[in-house]
Amino acid sequence: MDNFSALLGGFADVITPLNLLFALLGVIVGTAVGVLPGIGPAMTVALLLPITYGLPVEQSLILFGGIFYGGMYGGSTTSILLNTPGESASVVTALEGNKMAKTGRAAQALATSAIGSFIAGTIGTMLIVLVMPQVVSFAISLGSPEFLGIILVAFVGTAAILGSSRVRGFAALLIGLALGLVGTDFVTGQQRLTFGSPFLADNIDVVVIAVGIFAVGEALWVAAHLRRKAATVIPVGRPWLSKADWGRSWKPWLRGTALGFPFGAIPAGGAEIPTFLSYLTERKLSKHPEEFGKGAIEGVAGPEAANNASAAGTMVPLLALGLPTNATAAIILAALMSYGIEPGPLLLTKEPDLVWMLIASLFIGNFFLLVLNLPLAPTWAKLLRIPRPYLYAGILFFASMGAYAVQGQPFDLFLLLALGLLGFAMRRFGLPVLPLIVGAILGPLFEKHLRRSLQGTGGDASGLIGGPVSWVCYGIVLVVLLWPLIARLRRVVDRGVDGTGGSGTGGFGPSGTDGSGTADLQDGPYVADGESSPDDRGRDLHDSTFGSSSPAPTRKEPES
Amino acid sequence: MTAEATTGPSRVRDRAQYGLCAVLALAGLVVIWDATRIGDATSSNDPVGPKALPFVIGAALIVVSALYALDVSRGGVGEQEAGEDVELGHPADWRTVGLLAGAFLLNAFLIEPLGWVISGALLFALASFALGNRHHVRGLAIGIALSLITFYGFAIGLGVNLPAGILDGIL
Repeated sequence: MDNFSALLGGFADVITPLNLLFALLGVIVGTAVGVLPGIGPAMTVALLLPITYGLPVEQSLILFGGIFYGGMYGGSTTSILLNTPGESASVVTALEGNKMAKTGRAAQALATSAIGSFIAGTIGTMLIVLVMPQVVSFAISLGSPEFLGIILVAFVGTAAILGSSRVRGFAALLIGLALGLVGTDFVTGQQRLTFGSPFLADNIDVVVIAVGIFAVGEALWVAAHLRRKAATVIPVGRPWLSKADWGRSWKPWLRGTALGFPFGAIPAGGAEIPTFLSYLTERKLSKHPEEFGKGAIEGVAGPEAANNASAAGTMVPLLALGLPTNATAAIILAALMSYGIEPGPLLLTKEPDLVWMLIASLFIGNFFLLVLNLPLAPTWAKLLRIPRPYLYAGILFFASMGAYAVQGQPFDLFLLLALGLLGFAMRRFGLPVLPLIVGAILGPLFEKHLRRSLQGTGGDASGLIGGPVSWVCYGIVLVVLLWPLIARLRRVVDRGVDGTGGSGTGGFGPSGTDGSGTADLQDGPYVADGESSPDDRGRDLHDSTFGSSSPAPTRKEPES
Repeated sequence: MTAEATTGPSRVRDRAQYGLCAVLALAGLVVIWDATRIGDATSSNDPVGPKALPFVIGAALIVVSALYALDVSRGGVGEQEAGEDVELGHPADWRTVGLLAGAFLLNAFLIEPLGWVISGALLFALASFALGNRHHVRGLAIGIALSLITFYGFAIGLGVNLPAGILDGIL
């Protein structure tokens, strides 16, 4: 109950006419930018973050809460009316949503998405209020070695689990870590990778990195491959739901919320898995399974709720641990740090007012979203027809404005272009973007905890071991790194090639060293599609010899 | 999920990927070289020092670049990013990219002497021209409108840091 009175205090701080105006402005600007094709929530938040810089912290938070939810909702509108989702989390929405729009039910699809998002957002934000303080009271006992382990899980999770190729994920992560090194060392004041430039001495601002990689990189990439003919947009009237639609929507909303929130809250969870699970669940439970694939409203209601609930879920590790679990959260973390707020276990005790204000702002932003978007949907739909030259010129325009506004340095614009070209190259070569952003943001934090843990033991490596939490984290990291090896071994065991395979797998946990983990990276893509690949046969021969010969020597290692 | 693209039956060797591997390895070398330049700065208070992590990251970059090259040599191909306005299959349109980068650089050079309203309007007009807009006057008009709105709305209204340049006193 304590939390709720604190939350009410947060509301009392937020609800002034001027603040409500900021919330409204945030929702309008956030939706307007988020609805633009090609701009997902993460890019919306990154592009619009600099406009909050001139305000006091409280109003920045309120404006930002509106932008966040507005950007989220804008993305779903795009995927329903245009069938080409701006980001992976809206892919599932597009499946049924666009079919509904094509059969003349765009208004219902938008309505179930808006109301579902509102319900999921409200329940999800309520769950933040309930869960976050518990996580904080647990996290407050954690020391640097534990945080080191948690950050490692986030690194390995984003690099190896998400995306299709592990080696490409790790390459992106390391580029991000290297970018995070640039600047003045926080302990000794030594310059690292600044090449004598005073502009690089105070680190590359994360906003510049995010805007460069997301916005400029995307604009350049699209420019190089611009489609000659714009995609068709389906016109829409004012969203509404019939009684039957309500009846078919409310259960998927709740189930989607239940699926989305926990996935949002775990590192490397994200919104892709829960939206997809929600889609599968609704297809299975629906009384109208024949409508799936032709525009079933359940297939929009569930995934949309899951998407929003997972966004709320990401706020838990973000606020309680300072750990972003998706790209949007990574930019929110950068935003909070730029307001002088350092998310982590101490935040709730040090600045409780700000935390509760932020959460109250999320509630209010979510509410305004519903009020605004039902009547304004036809207007947003018109934004989808914006001519592409103006759209991408506008992205470059706002990206430059934002990057300049961070520090008032033209140097940041050159840096922005360089990062944009990097973003272009990553899109060209299929490197995922998220590991880079996570590496750049968490890299400095990782180093801080690394140096702090070893400070305690005077440089002795035992300082890294920490307590059970870090053991679990290291265990997860090892399993993820060694997964291709384990998967191979299991296949071998299943086929009975290696009779002693059962005991062999057991030996892998302790025997894994860093070397064997990274040496295995190259196998990621091969194992991932190993089941279906046509040339699987040839490799299996190699696998079985590898699988039966390798466990024995590696198992001996720890003893020696 | 999209793993088929990495080893499809129709393997198109994408040799440009080796270039990326070389860049990664080079980046690793630069990180390591830069770390050797740092003086010995460890102390009892800070046994790790500022050099350790750069060494690890640099070495890891080199290792990953080698593994990446190995993946490429086995036929691994990264999936180019698709999108609603993206049409893959054509070769990249370098002229557009070059023009955009030029418009971008022009803005970076002009933003302080001329101010955001002028440099931003030029950026928008030139960028939309590069992207195929042929209504030159309209492009410029939208650019001027956008930069005036952002200047008054954000710089004056919300206190965002944008320079007035030569129009200082007029705006």
